[in-house]
Amino acid sequence: MKFEAVIGLEVHAQLKTKSKIFCGCSTQFGAEPNTQICPVCTGMPGVLPVLNKVAIEYIIKTSLALDCKVNPLSRFARKQYFYPDLPKNYQISQYDQPVSEHGYLDVQVDGKTKRLGITRIHLEEDAGKLLHEVGSRQIDGSYVDLNRTGVPLMEIVSEPDMRTPQEAHAYLIALKSILEYLDVSDCNMEEGSLRCDANVSIRPVGQKEFGTKAEVKNMNSFKGVQKALEYEIARQIKVTEEGERIVQETRLWDADKEMTFSMRSKEEAHDYRYFPEPDLVPVVVDEKWLAAIKATLPELSSQKKERFVKEYSLPEYDAGVLTADKNLSEYFEATIKGYANPKAASNWIMTELLAQLNAANKTIKESLITPKHMREMLELIDKGTISGKIAKTVFEEMFASGKMPDVVVKEKGLVQISDEGAIAKIIEEVLAANAKSVEEYKAGKTAALNFLLGQVMKKTQGKANPGVVNKILKDKLS
Amino acid sequence: MDLFNLTAHELTAKIKNKEVTSKEVTENVFKRIEAVEPKVKAYVTLLKDKALAQAAEVDAKIAAGKEAGLLAGIPIAIKDNMNIKGTKCTCSSKILNNFISPYNATIIDLLSAEGAVFTGKTNMDEFAMGSSTETSFFGKTFNPWNLQAIPGGSSGGSAATMAADEAIMALGSDTGGSIRQPASCCGIVGLKPTYGRVSRFGLVAFASSLDQIGPLTKDVTDAALLMNVIAKYDPKDSTSANILAPDYLKSLQNNVKGMKIGIPKEYFVEGMDKEVEKSVREAIKLLEKLGAQIIEISLPNTEYCLAVYYILAPSEASANLARYDGVKYGYRTPDANDLLEQYEKTRGEGFGPEVKRRIMLGTYALSSGYYDAYYLKAQKVRTMIKNDFEEAFKKVDVIITPTAPSAAFKIGEKMDDPMQMYLSDIFTISVNLAGIPAMSLPCGFTSQKMPIGLQVMAKHFNEEAIFRAAYTYEQNTNWHKEKPRL
Ligand SMILES: [Zn+2]
Repeated sequence: MKFEAVIGLEVHAQLKTKSKIFCGCSTQFGAEPNTQICPVCTGMPGVLPVLNKVAIEYIIKTSLALDCKVNPLSRFARKQYFYPDLPKNYQISQYDQPVSEHGYLDVQVDGKTKRLGITRIHLEEDAGKLLHEVGSRQIDGSYVDLNRTGVPLMEIVSEPDMRTPQEAHAYLIALKSILEYLDVSDCNMEEGSLRCDANVSIRPVGQKEFGTKAEVKNMNSFKGVQKALEYEIARQIKVTEEGERIVQETRLWDADKEMTFSMRSKEEAHDYRYFPEPDLVPVVVDEKWLAAIKATLPELSSQKKERFVKEYSLPEYDAGVLTADKNLSEYFEATIKGYANPKAASNWIMTELLAQLNAANKTIKESLITPKHMREMLELIDKGTISGKIAKTVFEEMFASGKMPDVVVKEKGLVQISDEGAIAKIIEEVLAANAKSVEEYKAGKTAALNFLLGQVMKKTQGKANPGVVNKILKDKLS
Repeated sequence: MDLFNLTAHELTAKIKNKEVTSKEVTENVFKRIEAVEPKVKAYVTLLKDKALAQAAEVDAKIAAGKEAGLLAGIPIAIKDNMNIKGTKCTCSSKILNNFISPYNATIIDLLSAEGAVFTGKTNMDEFAMGSSTETSFFGKTFNPWNLQAIPGGSSGGSAATMAADEAIMALGSDTGGSIRQPASCCGIVGLKPTYGRVSRFGLVAFASSLDQIGPLTKDVTDAALLMNVIAKYDPKDSTSANILAPDYLKSLQNNVKGMKIGIPKEYFVEGMDKEVEKSVREAIKLLEKLGAQIIEISLPNTEYCLAVYYILAPSEASANLARYDGVKYGYRTPDANDLLEQYEKTRGEGFGPEVKRRIMLGTYALSSGYYDAYYLKAQKVRTMIKNDFEEAFKKVDVIITPTAPSAAFKIGEKMDDPMQMYLSDIFTISVNLAGIPAMSLPCGFTSQKMPIGLQVMAKHFNEEAIFRAAYTYEQNTNWHKEKPRL
């Protein structure tokens, strides 16, 4: 029997507001434990929450970018459970009236576009962090750091529309791109500003009803999500084929062992006892506010991609690669500012730069080659100062040291020789030293020409302008 | 000369005219506290040093000819569920026995800005859950009119300070009658303002959608004076109303001519206490004689109030009280082997039986499978109760009822019967559910010389109508001038 997977994702993204969702404390990451706290976010007796309006604006922006319907009235609710990282022992979240619902996201998988539904987007407060040890030093108990408590968290719930781990991966990449374009979240999975849980089930191909799902948690990279899904789908198929039943449960992904493990069922037997938060009034979003937020929406990747194709005459593929990451698209546009050959820039960025960054595990923001470096290097090529081949040497040096291309050229003596007299002289020397090859060429062996060309380049350490060499060589041999 | 038995409006004039100093008033009040507190036990924390320092500050300002505020030098007792920075805030519970507030409630800042002096924190039913101040971890408070009787609750400590002259004014909180019922029991004035009129920031929550801070005072004028200070919009409380409060002293007119007073038939029922009924009926007659028009009205959903309240209030309380877990502050069990045991023992040992009962009720009502039948249904009926009042206030300016079904009962009488205890609030609960303002003021005594309270309700944000009716009644009677013998 053939099976297909049914996958839905729940993504939590921390919003990059300056202050927390219900108090004035800073949201800065990485501060000393319990230095960004106040009576409100530590749940002192008698405190009350006051909603940070910016958080609502960010979530509305996201909703609009994902074509969600923004509810004119949404409401907060208390989600109740006891845990030491949750000072009130309830989380202010949203339940039956989220900020927005019914959107979608188009993703590209294997060259095809697939539309994935968004069920809802809602706002809630983040919890704190438990510390069981500090660094390598064991401490004498469990401690709680409440700096993160109350950081605004946006939960984006997808429809169970994904059928493969690749689709889930593509969804996450596309979603991250949108959040970055909107500048509403840092989307850093390692720092925990983006988190993802997956609901997975399998069913025989052709069956309409969903199978019993497992919730997979604890994945801390996009690749990890894909791997966890691959594992979990294979596990469920195996269990089913062995004639056993899938149990509804929460499973944790172990990135080292590359397996999912069942959480004890006791911990997930939660009844959250949601009820409307009486300390907050409903969030009312009128047409005027919505329009004002709409007006501030930046150009998103899909729109930018279209523009790149039109404005810079780039192939679809190039435009797609360059706009998938907001920072990369900005890098590209900075590079070609005042530069006439966007396709050349695109080639260098997509092939050389991305490959090097990838190998060095760096982001575009960390690149020592700035758009200025890149543009000046391209200009040196265009002017004939360096050849494309020399440019690769220049590129590598810039990547390693951050030196400007003209400096590298000068220091390494990489200037291209285009002077016809100088080249003619070298050619004459080469022809004299390789009489046999000259004979062969004249006898009709065209391959001999390439050999002679190579000899010229060798003699000039690759600096001779290949076009000029080719022309003079042919002249001399004819 | 004794000063402790005066009102704030009498004393502010004397202090401003330099007839007496705030220090003299404060010292005199503490002299009174030292004399009668062993009998009454109204306070859980006394703040004598701080109070004298505050008084000295006010005196210095007045001596320098500076503006010292609307309540300059007036000693005020604060119910122990409002936060004063650097001071214990226990809610009369073991679980907060060692808790020191790290911040001020908004009303504390407002009072301080107007020169008020804080005498101390008053006893209450644990987490404001009760009608007799008997559930306090720190012991009972005794009714100054009869030390064998309860002072009412949950603001029993604050009410007792007024009857016993252990402060000049007091603040309480009212979730289902916790200001009005003790005011009635102690023969003083107590006002529960409109929900949203006074900031709840810094008031330890019992039931967030019902809680409201309000004055307990020796007369109606003082209640208006105190309201002028505390009725302010607060951006720190999202449920606070951004509506400018009027000068309540201006609504103190001795005139009810043309005023329409509604008498809901559901509040005068077969089997009610005869002496209470007689006093209230006489009060109504007096107001009619003074020119008010008496109209019989109906609040048809009255019979559901108690049930609705005992679903909604415990539901909210079960969440509000979840934070007391021994992790961050407050009592923590000394012997727990793991997290679950720490939670269970801390809460098991830290909360009293009435609080536990309500947490259980609320947890049950919100549980999946029961939510629709209890919480949701109760919310729907609450809307109907609100609508009853809206309809009624189309016809009348105020509604008058008894505050409590009987005068203060004997200590211990209802402790073993929660249902009987809950019935003490049968006439006050509807006001909280509707969110409207209501006042209790003295309207007579039983044959046992126990005070009886008259409840005056008005529509949302119309405290002025209450003040007008109450002030007129007060000016034409002498009940508020009577004092218990201690
Ligand atoms: Zn904070």
